[in-house]
Amino acid sequence: MARAISTQRRVWLTALAWTIGFLIFFPILWTFLTSFKTEGEAIASPPSFLFFDWNLSAYEAVNQRSDYPKHFFNSVVISLGSTVLGLLIAVPAAWAMAFVPGKRTKDVLMWMLSTKMLPPVGVLIPIYLLFRDLGLLDTRIGLVIVLMLINLPIIIWMLYTYFKEIPGEILEAARMDGALLWSEIFYVLTPMAVPGIASTMLLNIILAWNEAFWTLTLTAAKAAPLTAFIASFSSPEGLFYAKLSAASTMAIAPILILGWFSQKQLVRGLTFGAVK
Amino acid sequence: MISPAVILLLGWMIIPLSLTIYFSFLRYNLLDPGNETFTGFLNYRFFLTDPSFFAAITNTFVLVLGVLVITIIGGILLALLLDQPIFGQGIVRILVIAPFFVMPTVSALVWKNMFMNPVNGLFAHLASGLGLPAFDFLAHAPLASIIGIVAWQWLPFATLILLTALQSQDTEQHEAAEMDGASALSRFFYLTVPHLSRAITVVILIQTIFLLSVFAEILVTTNGGPGTASTNLTYLIYVQSLLQYDVGAGSAGGVIAIILANIVAIFLMRMIGKNLDA
Repeated sequence: MARAISTQRRVWLTALAWTIGFLIFFPILWTFLTSFKTEGEAIASPPSFLFFDWNLSAYEAVNQRSDYPKHFFNSVVISLGSTVLGLLIAVPAAWAMAFVPGKRTKDVLMWMLSTKMLPPVGVLIPIYLLFRDLGLLDTRIGLVIVLMLINLPIIIWMLYTYFKEIPGEILEAARMDGALLWSEIFYVLTPMAVPGIASTMLLNIILAWNEAFWTLTLTAAKAAPLTAFIASFSSPEGLFYAKLSAASTMAIAPILILGWFSQKQLVRGLTFGAVK
Repeated sequence: MISPAVILLLGWMIIPLSLTIYFSFLRYNLLDPGNETFTGFLNYRFFLTDPSFFAAITNTFVLVLGVLVITIIGGILLALLLDQPIFGQGIVRILVIAPFFVMPTVSALVWKNMFMNPVNGLFAHLASGLGLPAFDFLAHAPLASIIGIVAWQWLPFATLILLTALQSQDTEQHEAAEMDGASALSRFFYLTVPHLSRAITVVILIQTIFLLSVFAEILVTTNGGPGTASTNLTYLIYVQSLLQYDVGAGSAGGVIAIILANIVAIFLMRMIGKNLDA
């Protein structure tokens, strides 16, 4: 803003904003701090914030349960797998709609968006029964397929809005210089499309990692990702605050870091380009 | 090149949807397989006259509305604050956005155990520090507690979108209005609010789609209870079909949920369709 603002006002606003930001972030910070306490310190009254005996015993305890690494691995496979599979299907589709739009392109896009509006619980039973009969219940491949399908509309939309921004003139220029169709795609379009594809990938890994309807209803033990594993702390293990905090910290840390890098894409991806 | 995507999505939409509609007209219980018979609208009558259905619809409505009110008002205020020239704006933004990336089961459990627990929770410590009796949030105000947890998760989303919209606002207009003697309040209501109206609508519609399907937060905190005090439609259908094995009634509930979501979706599609220059 161009207008001058008194330093005093700026300091007050800064203090207010930092206080509110701290309060909103506090539950995450508290979880992080508690994960370094012992179980006794975690429920001590009054609780201590920083001056306790920092140690890693909760992390060791959680990692010694052989199932934690397994669920972490499941989360990685499911979120990466569904995103990569989704991109393989979405890139050609978005590419075609952005560069060779037809009369019905807009309708197709809107229809794809409409599939995202279907409440998952409305199709829970058929999917559950189909998965049971096909032997896909509690398998990683089953979850990869379902998460790919529910995120496919978002992937296509995001890619479409990115591809649309690649100027058409650049293709004409390449053609004038005698570029063939394939070299046009590889040397001109692909390098310009890579940032958009990377952002789309990032957002979808985050969405798949945190998805908590299908991962909870379609898994039991074997293929359960972290969302389902953490849900098993619901009772009575959840009362072991240090272990709960350690498991939670490990489950959210990677995605929190990825998420901070993808703030802008988040707005674009989740509003389907309606707010930029 | 778009056909694989179209075929997949078409299959994903048509097959389960038609099965749900088909099951909703059957007497179909997983504990009694092979005895499926056509029952007409009996499942719908059963589901719609079940007292827990009325409770679930009310709870769904209260949950969606409560979270929307908190996140929209909170989001506007926060976005206005973050739009000011403050020191370390980037860091505050990172702090504010963080809850959105926490998986629902983690945030629900952390709030449930470490904050709302009546014995060892932080709120209980705070209350005893102030000499007040501890309050068992999830037992005595289950729905309000869940609204609080879900609002904490969605406040960042609303803030981020409204902030993005705010930053695209024309500052010259504001300067001109200021020179003409418009007060800060009237500038807010006559310039900022109209500018934000589109973003607010988008936030309302998108959040509604997700909030109608809140599930994990209820599953790990209250299991829909006590009684049906915090059961929403999604959770009721889950209980009906996967815990009580009544596929027929669950499917009828599913169809009702789809109809409800469609009403919201139609408005959302209109909004986005207008904006699309394909």
